[in-house]
Amino acid sequence: MAFETIKYESSEGIATVTFNRPEVFNSLNEVMHKELKSVISIIKKDKSLRVLIITGEGKAFCAGQDLNDRSVNNEDEELDLGESIERKYNPLIKSIYNLEIPVICKINGVAAGAGVGIALACDFVIAHEKVSFIQAFCKIGLVPDSGNSYFLPKLVGMARAKELCMLGDKLPAQTALEYGLISRVYSIDTIDEEVQKLAVHFSKAPTYGLSLIKKALNESNDNTLNEQLELEKNLQRAAGHSNDYKEGVAAFLAKRTPEFKGN
Amino acid sequence: MSFKDIKVDIQNQSILVITLNRSDVFNALRTNTLKEIASVLITCSDEIRCVVLTGGEKVFAAGADINELDVKGALESINDVRTSYWEIIKEFKKPIIASVNGFCLGGGCELAMHCDIIIAGDNAQFGQPEINLGIMPGAGGTQRTVKAMGKSNAMLMLLTGTFIDAKAAQKMNLISEVVPVQTTMLRSLEIAKLIASKSPLAASAIKSAVLASYDNGLSASLKYEKMVFSGVLSTQDKKEGIQAFQEKRKPKFKGI
Repeated sequence: MAFETIKYESSEGIATVTFNRPEVFNSLNEVMHKELKSVISIIKKDKSLRVLIITGEGKAFCAGQDLNDRSVNNEDEELDLGESIERKYNPLIKSIYNLEIPVICKINGVAAGAGVGIALACDFVIAHEKVSFIQAFCKIGLVPDSGNSYFLPKLVGMARAKELCMLGDKLPAQTALEYGLISRVYSIDTIDEEVQKLAVHFSKAPTYGLSLIKKALNESNDNTLNEQLELEKNLQRAAGHSNDYKEGVAAFLAKRTPEFKGN
Repeated sequence: MSFKDIKVDIQNQSILVITLNRSDVFNALRTNTLKEIASVLITCSDEIRCVVLTGGEKVFAAGADINELDVKGALESINDVRTSYWEIIKEFKKPIIASVNGFCLGGGCELAMHCDIIIAGDNAQFGQPEINLGIMPGAGGTQRTVKAMGKSNAMLMLLTGTFIDAKAAQKMNLISEVVPVQTTMLRSLEIAKLIASKSPLAASAIKSAVLASYDNGLSASLKYEKMVFSGVLSTQDKKEGIQAFQEKRKPKFKGI
């Protein structure tokens, strides 16, 4: 399938989605939302995929909403931004967050606004040392969306979240790493290779088990200990029926490397 | 018996699992589907102590078969044979667990509400979207929702035709539990096994007494409860239950 605003590739279990509007810092417009929706649905259906990399083309990762898009800036009519979020951003964030394969976000350049939300909905945010993160919403009188107000306090604590969201200052990659906002930082020369290594690792991992781990960790944000223990019971029960678990145990007993099929 | 629209399986010799098997049309409930469910229930053997009804991991049932609805007028609807199939499901004496994943809409939601316990996977979505087609629920959807969720919640769901997700449905008391989608069936079977280990006479008696509250006021229902209670007191299973309790062993219920 050919896309206009994104690029999609997949090989040997690794899928890559690249935002491809470099001339506008990969900001999101109506078409890009549609294409992201359909590419995620393709990825969901393709059971051969074991890991997804999301990244951007050019200098920026993603600058958030394209303010030139008529669906969010139309002088002729009063717009309901809530509608745009309900219809485009919320489903996008949920679909990435709930994807049943590990998602690596390779931050190749600045991430702003909803661009940060997309990154934080991924499982591993990996940046190079020159990038920065900006909660730009407060600068135009808006509110952090795309899950930013959910992810940020959990990852960096309330005090820092308020600094970031209410001042909108640039957060350099190294500080973001120290804050716990992102997973890893590499030099600009090594990031591609390191992300590739990680993706190859996941392409041979017990994917089904990883999807259950992801679910357990994601849900822990909302659960009490009792609910979480119950969830762990249920997930372990599901994992115990998987082929990869059988393979894992068999390989362990035979002292060989397991060959996981991802199911 | 062979079926077109459902699959039937017996687990632990005591649990009947009915799986809706028309995934290409999101398990839309055409008349034949209801007929097959009703006929399985009617012919189910005494050994069966509990039924689990599911649509698989992706979808429970997305509603009625729109093509069938399209040709129906007022008279056909009143004389509709479907009503008798719903009646059989409603009157079935043994506990039924609905094991719901994915869309559970319209007639599908009404089918789930015919069941005694609803367990949902975290991808489940409930709704009565009939109003979007200019019609309304016709298999108990207006009545069982209000009983379960209360007036305001029921009205919100029915009048707007919007879907509610599993967690919200649980908060509104439409369903009992939300579990990871991969484990909905396992959890449903766990509950079914528990129920199957009890006296089937007590289970049916409890089911009928609880459901009496749908038709009667409190006084009449309490009278009915007393009557059923007396009946249960005279069973062999009651003797066995009490004896096992005193002897600190597990009871073996026979359904007599």
